[in-house]
Amino acid sequence: MSPSLQVDSQGRLVHLLTTEGLSAEMIRHILDTAAQFVSVNEREVKKVPLLRGKSIFNVFFENSTRTRTTFEIAAKRLSADVINLNIGASSTAKGETLLDTVWNLQAMDADMFVVRHAEAGAPHLIARHVKPGVHVVNAGDGRHAHPTQGLLDMYTIRHYKKDFAGLTVAIVGDVLHSRVARSQIHALTTLGVPDLRVVGPKTLLPKDIERLGVRVFHDVTEGLRGCDVVITLRLQNERMSGPLIPSAGEFNKTYGLSPEKLAFAKPDAIVMHPGPINRGVEIDSGVADGSHSVIMPQVTFGIAVRMAVMAILAGNA
Amino acid sequence: MAAPLPDTERLLDALVTQMKPATGPETGIVGIYTGGAWVAERLHRALGVKTPLGQLAVTLHRDDYGRIGLHREARRSHLPFEVEGRDIVLVDDVLHTGRTIRAALNELWDYGRPARVRLAVLADRGGRELPVAPDFTGAFVEVEAGEELVLTNENERLRLAAVRRPA
Repeated sequence: MSPSLQVDSQGRLVHLLTTEGLSAEMIRHILDTAAQFVSVNEREVKKVPLLRGKSIFNVFFENSTRTRTTFEIAAKRLSADVINLNIGASSTAKGETLLDTVWNLQAMDADMFVVRHAEAGAPHLIARHVKPGVHVVNAGDGRHAHPTQGLLDMYTIRHYKKDFAGLTVAIVGDVLHSRVARSQIHALTTLGVPDLRVVGPKTLLPKDIERLGVRVFHDVTEGLRGCDVVITLRLQNERMSGPLIPSAGEFNKTYGLSPEKLAFAKPDAIVMHPGPINRGVEIDSGVADGSHSVIMPQVTFGIAVRMAVMAILAGNA
Repeated sequence: MAAPLPDTERLLDALVTQMKPATGPETGIVGIYTGGAWVAERLHRALGVKTPLGQLAVTLHRDDYGRIGLHREARRSHLPFEVEGRDIVLVDDVLHTGRTIRAALNELWDYGRPARVRLAVLADRGGRELPVAPDFTGAFVEVEAGEELVLTNENERLRLAAVRRPA
């Protein structure tokens, strides 16, 4: 998967497929642009005409009401026409059928595809086959990437911590299955976070993850010690029992973020979660609803960040 | 060769003289980034307007987005007063095609419906492409083809200069 597929020869973003390989400059450009849209979303009229006359297709091969809704709101606030297609999680959606779907939609004059797919690389495949001037945004592909989530997390961290230079950031939980974690790690290392940690049981951390520039902790209190930012990850329901962890309750006891464990982080630490949260599993209600939590602002910033990505892409015809 | 540019301070004085009898403490002074915001700041101070100073960023309403895309713009509109029903003077440094003013009006309307909007510009260089006319003008300035009027701000010292547009 070539990350350069998303940046053209003039250095302009033409697709957003992954945070891997995105320059710090490009990430900052997206975050700065998002800041403008945060202010749009606070106005009386929450709409700007940038994408008037453009058609954006939300093509979701894997269901996700939340993510789809945030993309839909973002597109509508940019005045685009939004068409939602839930194609469903057909495990047989192989290359050919996927591209046929896309070509059909392209024939309906789509300007942008927002794609979610259970298979890693599906958005890349689409990006490689669309006409010039048509843009693809990856809204989550398999375990690979979820770049807009990663970017909205960067926006949130920058909003509360101003700068990435002196930060200690811990990503806690099921890193192995998390496309969000991968997107965060690539962005955080690019932005120069000096101490980036992943915290979890061996069974839920990818082998060789140190190569991405993170420190591995199995002991949660050691992993959280002195952190400015604590990111908890969703433990997928289907993984709560089985060979990877003894039980959801056991996982909560060891790795679930409780006020007691959070006390090891800095007093002004922020707690993030990509949602939807499992209360009492990876995060306790006392933390999710507590004063350190910025989970709801993440959702709000997510709209602005998605607006920024779509506006930048559509402007780079 | 165009006539030498008038001194920027004198243009500001001319604007203040015109605006003083036509504005009040409740008038909203709103400058368009970047140059217009500098001029607005000076006018706001000189006129003794009570309403806090406002700024408009027009990027999101520009009509050339489809051609040039979205450029980095860290500045945001900031209107620290109720727009609805207010008498507003929009301020820009140089009036040329009128397209920026069109975009600024759209941006302004996203915040509410003002009672009245007037336009003050430090310099009018002509060349309108839209039906836009200033209410207060520092001076009408002739500019040679291929030249641009640029306002600079060095330690609060505003200076308007004609520069050759990069080819």
